[in-house]
Amino acid sequence: MIDLSLLADGGLGWLDASGPASHLVLSTRIRLARNIETQVFGSRNGVVERESILQSVEGAGRGGVLMRHAVCFRMDTLEPLDRQLLHERHLVSKELAGLDAEGRVRPAAALLVQDRLGVLLNEEDHLRLQGMRSGFALEETYAEVDRLDSELGQRLPFAFHPEFGYLTSCPTNVGTGLRASVLIHLPGLVLTKEISKVLQGLGQVGLTFRGLYGEGSEVVGNFFQLSNQTTLGKSEQDLLDHLGKIVRQVMEYEEQARQVLLRDAPAIIEDKVWRAYGLLRYARTLSFDEMMNLLSGVRLGVGLKLIGGVGLYTLNKLLVHCQPAHLAAAQGLSTDDPSLAVQRARYVRKLLDDEAARRG
Amino acid sequence: MKCSQCQQAEAVVHLTQMTDDQVTKVDLCERCAAERGLETASAVGKTPLASYIAAMGQGINDTVVAGDLAFVCRTCGATLQDFRESGRLGCPQCYRTLGEPLRELLRRLHGATRHTGERYQLPGQSQEPGRPEPGHVKLREQLKQAIESENFELAAQLRDKLKVNE
Repeated sequence: MIDLSLLADGGLGWLDASGPASHLVLSTRIRLARNIETQVFGSRNGVVERESILQSVEGAGRGGVLMRHAVCFRMDTLEPLDRQLLHERHLVSKELAGLDAEGRVRPAAALLVQDRLGVLLNEEDHLRLQGMRSGFALEETYAEVDRLDSELGQRLPFAFHPEFGYLTSCPTNVGTGLRASVLIHLPGLVLTKEISKVLQGLGQVGLTFRGLYGEGSEVVGNFFQLSNQTTLGKSEQDLLDHLGKIVRQVMEYEEQARQVLLRDAPAIIEDKVWRAYGLLRYARTLSFDEMMNLLSGVRLGVGLKLIGGVGLYTLNKLLVHCQPAHLAAAQGLSTDDPSLAVQRARYVRKLLDDEAARRG
Repeated sequence: MKCSQCQQAEAVVHLTQMTDDQVTKVDLCERCAAERGLETASAVGKTPLASYIAAMGQGINDTVVAGDLAFVCRTCGATLQDFRESGRLGCPQCYRTLGEPLRELLRRLHGATRHTGERYQLPGQSQEPGRPEPGHVKLREQLKQAIESENFELAAQLRDKLKVNE
């Protein structure tokens, strides 16, 4: 079992609901795809080369400041439950954790992590630098990842072409190699059935959306990850400005949708959010999806100031700690244990009870 | 049907052309078609890049396709078949050798082919002599725009900044 207490905040600083616009935006994540000039890309690389990449990147990281005290998790030495834990904390991709369709961990696949920064090693690209912060914080997150990029880029020969920019295994990432994502909660747009128009509009302005866990994941609990689709032809700043502008617009639409709900159906909305809270507070079994939908209702109620007995941080904690691997690890069960739904309901009740008692 | 140009080999390309509002039909064999810079359907099917690009739709010049048919990366051994199947390139060198078809793909994916973001210098390498700093380039662009929009006050400020930098 891995010791996540080695990480600052257990690698969960991004969910403390302290960042800007936390009532709508859970977290901001930015990743930069980088490769080593002298090595073939991940999909064609042999075990020896992959090991050498891991060694040289770890060495380069420890020679700098931002990764000097990094914790290194080698995926190929971890149990599936531990890898899933890291994935559920949004620290590694499904592919790096060997939880994708291929279902195997690639040799020397690893995660270096220190504070809010991480480096995914030997995934599709040799390095994926990532930064994550609470709330809507594109500029601050980029500034940190950019510093890590400079630090590592001075010690490692990154593959760069004057015309095409940073070279990546997949041409969809070439250029800046930058993917910025904002995890945003949009129940108002879902309830007013405006969401499909908004999502369609995203495609027209060069953005895309994904589910809670990023690429290939489903939308649960009305959480959408909005991110840039293209990486070439615009500067990093332009990509961030564009995404930021559209996210602000989506946030405005969401606020408007919430006001429409309150204006046109106040009793129904109030009933809906309190029912969600009641079910969470008293249910005896909860599947993850059901819990996420109920949490979405309660989060909406908190945002609209209809519910006062619970804070966003508690809701975020439930979101992470009630995922299958987190619950299973805490209870000493396997992720497919049928009693997990009972354990989940018990954990939710306890946290909500404690919070209600604390807030009087 | 015989080739309408050499009158010998079997025609495999059947072209319908519009010339001065007149519709003309031309039937060509593989060799005569190639002489005119046209890729035949059979040749397209034989090569992965051509199939790949054919699947991507129009917009590719046939002669360009013909020029890049035999791509095998000398560094990593990746072939166009690999690229077509996985959607992944083999190594940094693949980008340098793929040429025009890659640009066409990038244009489709990103609407652009040129990186305009941060520049990178390999460790230990200094700025190339005579090559302007990125900030310098930006200033020059801003100066140009300021002059074009007749914002001479801003233009003067930018010119001063450039002088200081130089």
